[in-house]
Amino acid sequence: MAGLAIQQVTKQFGDHRAVNDLSLEIAPGEFVALLGPSGCGKTTMLRMLAGFENVTGGEIRLNDTLLASRHHHLPPEQRNMAMVFQSYALWPHMNVADNVGYPLKLRRIQGSEYQRRVAHALAQVALEPYAQRSPQELSGGQRQRVALARCLVTDPAVVLLDEPLANLDRNLRASMEHSFVDFHRRTRATMVYVTHDQSEAMAMADRIAVMRDGELVQWATPEALYRQPRSEWVASFIGQGSQLAIANGAPGQRLTESALMQGLAAAHNSRAQAARQPVLVRPEHIRVDAQAPNEHDLTGRVERLTFRGERYELHLRLPSGEALLAYHHCALEEDQQVALRLLEGWCLEPDQ
Amino acid sequence: MTPSLNVGSQHRWLLSLITLTVVLLSLAPSLRLLAEALSDLGQGSESPLWKVLNAASTWRALWHSVYTSGLGMLIALVLGSLFAFVITLTDIRGKAWLVFCFMLPMMIPPQVTALSWLQLFGPASPLLKSIGMAPPLGSPQPLYSAEGIALLLGIQSAPLVFLALRTSLISLPRELIEAARISGARQTQVWGQIILPVTRHGLIAGAAMAFISSLGNFGIPAMLGIPAGYYVLPTLIYQRMASFGTGVLAEMAALSLLIGVLALAGVALQQYWMNRSRFGLGGHSGRSHDFTLGRFRPAVTTALVGVLLVILVAPLAALVVSSLVPAMGVPLSFDSVTLNAYHEVIGRQGATWRAVRNSLWLAGGAALVLMLCSLPLAYRLQRLPPRLQQLTLSAIELPYALPGVVLAIACILLFVRPLPLINVALYGTLGLIFVAYLARFLVVCLKPVSASLAQLDPSLEEAAQLAGAGPWRRLTTIVLPLIAPSLFAGGLLVFLLAVNELTVSALLWSAGNETLGVLIFNLDEGGESVLASAVSVLVVLMVATLMLSLSLLAPRLPKGVVPWQG
Repeated sequence: MAGLAIQQVTKQFGDHRAVNDLSLEIAPGEFVALLGPSGCGKTTMLRMLAGFENVTGGEIRLNDTLLASRHHHLPPEQRNMAMVFQSYALWPHMNVADNVGYPLKLRRIQGSEYQRRVAHALAQVALEPYAQRSPQELSGGQRQRVALARCLVTDPAVVLLDEPLANLDRNLRASMEHSFVDFHRRTRATMVYVTHDQSEAMAMADRIAVMRDGELVQWATPEALYRQPRSEWVASFIGQGSQLAIANGAPGQRLTESALMQGLAAAHNSRAQAARQPVLVRPEHIRVDAQAPNEHDLTGRVERLTFRGERYELHLRLPSGEALLAYHHCALEEDQQVALRLLEGWCLEPDQ
Repeated sequence: MTPSLNVGSQHRWLLSLITLTVVLLSLAPSLRLLAEALSDLGQGSESPLWKVLNAASTWRALWHSVYTSGLGMLIALVLGSLFAFVITLTDIRGKAWLVFCFMLPMMIPPQVTALSWLQLFGPASPLLKSIGMAPPLGSPQPLYSAEGIALLLGIQSAPLVFLALRTSLISLPRELIEAARISGARQTQVWGQIILPVTRHGLIAGAAMAFISSLGNFGIPAMLGIPAGYYVLPTLIYQRMASFGTGVLAEMAALSLLIGVLALAGVALQQYWMNRSRFGLGGHSGRSHDFTLGRFRPAVTTALVGVLLVILVAPLAALVVSSLVPAMGVPLSFDSVTLNAYHEVIGRQGATWRAVRNSLWLAGGAALVLMLCSLPLAYRLQRLPPRLQQLTLSAIELPYALPGVVLAIACILLFVRPLPLINVALYGTLGLIFVAYLARFLVVCLKPVSASLAQLDPSLEEAAQLAGAGPWRRLTTIVLPLIAPSLFAGGLLVFLLAVNELTVSALLWSAGNETLGVLIFNLDEGGESVLASAVSVLVVLMVATLMLSLSLLAPRLPKGVVPWQG
């Protein structure tokens, strides 16, 4: 059980600032995802946690131990962490059991205790029959499970995962997601998981830190991130939805149907560019009526529709020219006019 | 282009060119040698092979070869792995310069290395005399010994071990090391338990390369061994040929076969370990793994610089000092310093200019011809079925993998009689050396070009093809501009190797046809050490300049073309 404190950490590579003034408090036993597009600094942050990179400024603490600061750097081998790499990083000159047991050897654990713990770790990932194989003989998913068993074997304080599913195919990912969650539930280890895939992060993490250009944009649970994204950028990055401009509301406010419809009409009528408030409308909050609309209704023209199996996605165009995404249970004609009801909206901070 | 000359005929034409070149240049000399060595086997104990195998001198020279090369290999292993591990893995400063200086001995011709070390030690050493540390007159030159030969062979071939190991170290994925460190391994444990086992095949391959290269070395055992009566296989062949001429060709062919087989066994071993070293490692490679030296950095830096001072700077300094004194045995001072040797070499000695001219013509000509052949050859090779491509490449590699003496004997055998049909005699002319160089260095020019072609996205050419460009047009307007740097680098490497070449030309030269390598060797043998040193200094300057110009070209070349830049 260990909590991680990241306090105003900054990392500078030459004149490029990869991580800027990042602060996170990670509770003991929490499963945290660092999420962001490539180049946002999430991997650099993870490597600073592991100790592969120095911090330029700020502090990292594990419980009350200082791991890294500007003047202090605890080397990775003394941090009692474990890491799962995107490329598995299995040592090719050792077989599966030796790979898993290597951290134990370094801790001078030998004999029957060594055998027992290696066998236990391999059993947890269902790989006992492969103990004597060489890593090259295994499939991608099996290799990643060996890497996971290597993490299990020493009861590390923190487990770091660097895009561990990026090299696996789609079907395998789902079952590996399950393995990670299962692993977390059993060990209750603090886990930090780096990914650029929002669905992975949403499915597994207790809390998600969304990063952009080296900065923390939002730090929240998956539900909060989906329902209350902070800014236009987060809203476009997480889940599906449309952003409209309205004349009322303030960032962080939830609008009811009437307030939203009024704001939309006001923005449409005034055409004033000044007071525009971006609002996020999720597709599940839109009711589409395929009957011919009357003059009081908000209307939209069907530009395109995509069959998704359980439903259709409608790409609509509002009279104001704004695009809107909605779901509908049956197919509609292209260019058809439909009546729309927007049940609720969430006001966003505009991006600079 | 006429419509009748379609794509098929173009490729046929190229294919026959390849076959012809490979057969004439690469296979013919080796096959001729094999035929000669195995001739008259029916005569039993009178056959050349039998006679050679029964001679005590053969087995003595063979043992000498194996002993000096083996010891040299161990020295190379120690030096090469020290530099490779420290420079590739740690955060030592000035890596580029350390690598350049460590690689320089490989490019300096062996006879120059031998000469500079001879000037460093022994009672007549001008450097030791100048600083008053020379041993008394009459004391033996310590380098005229098996161990002396082995030491220099080790220094000369250490860069081969360095390169092989550095290549495996650089391709070692960063994650393998990071995974070990986060598992709790200290730097020394990571090195001993992860890095060393994963890269040991590269180390073994490098050692095999050092052994083969030492086995074929002629300059060092010739300058250090012949005065002491210590013969290895190449010098034994040279000495026999010098004494008895073409009369003993058949026996020399048999001797060459022996050393050729030994060398090829080494090549096979090296190939085997190189293939074993490819684990199919995934992950991010190509980034150096910075081990922090911390407070040991000054000590480690001092150690490396110290080694370089001993193996490179001190001998070269001795060489320069020797070239500035009026005569051997005179200490260097403000009064005695003189540029006479350089005047003599550049101004008066007719033989020097002739040798320089010959070497420049040979090297320049070989580089140009090989550059012209390499592009179509590599282009067509790329399109051969993989098995055939492998076979062809092995055939092309053969004259370079075999020790130079073997190729020289093979070329003499092939051209000792006037060529049939055209009735032109190549034996005793520069033409013979030229042909031998073409055969030997074809692979040196071809490899960078092939590497470059392999990296070329095929769609570039396919796009040109769809746009309506025929094969020759694609080759000249699309492929050539893209691989021009590699082609040029290949030519430059050939020039660098050929201009200093000694082993082949030592057996093939004749009066008036000396090369630069032969000149240094002859001057030293004739007791003109000061003149030999002056020529050597000029040669080293030329080598360093050529290497620097290749380094400048390096950013535009595929990885591995410039040997001293990983």
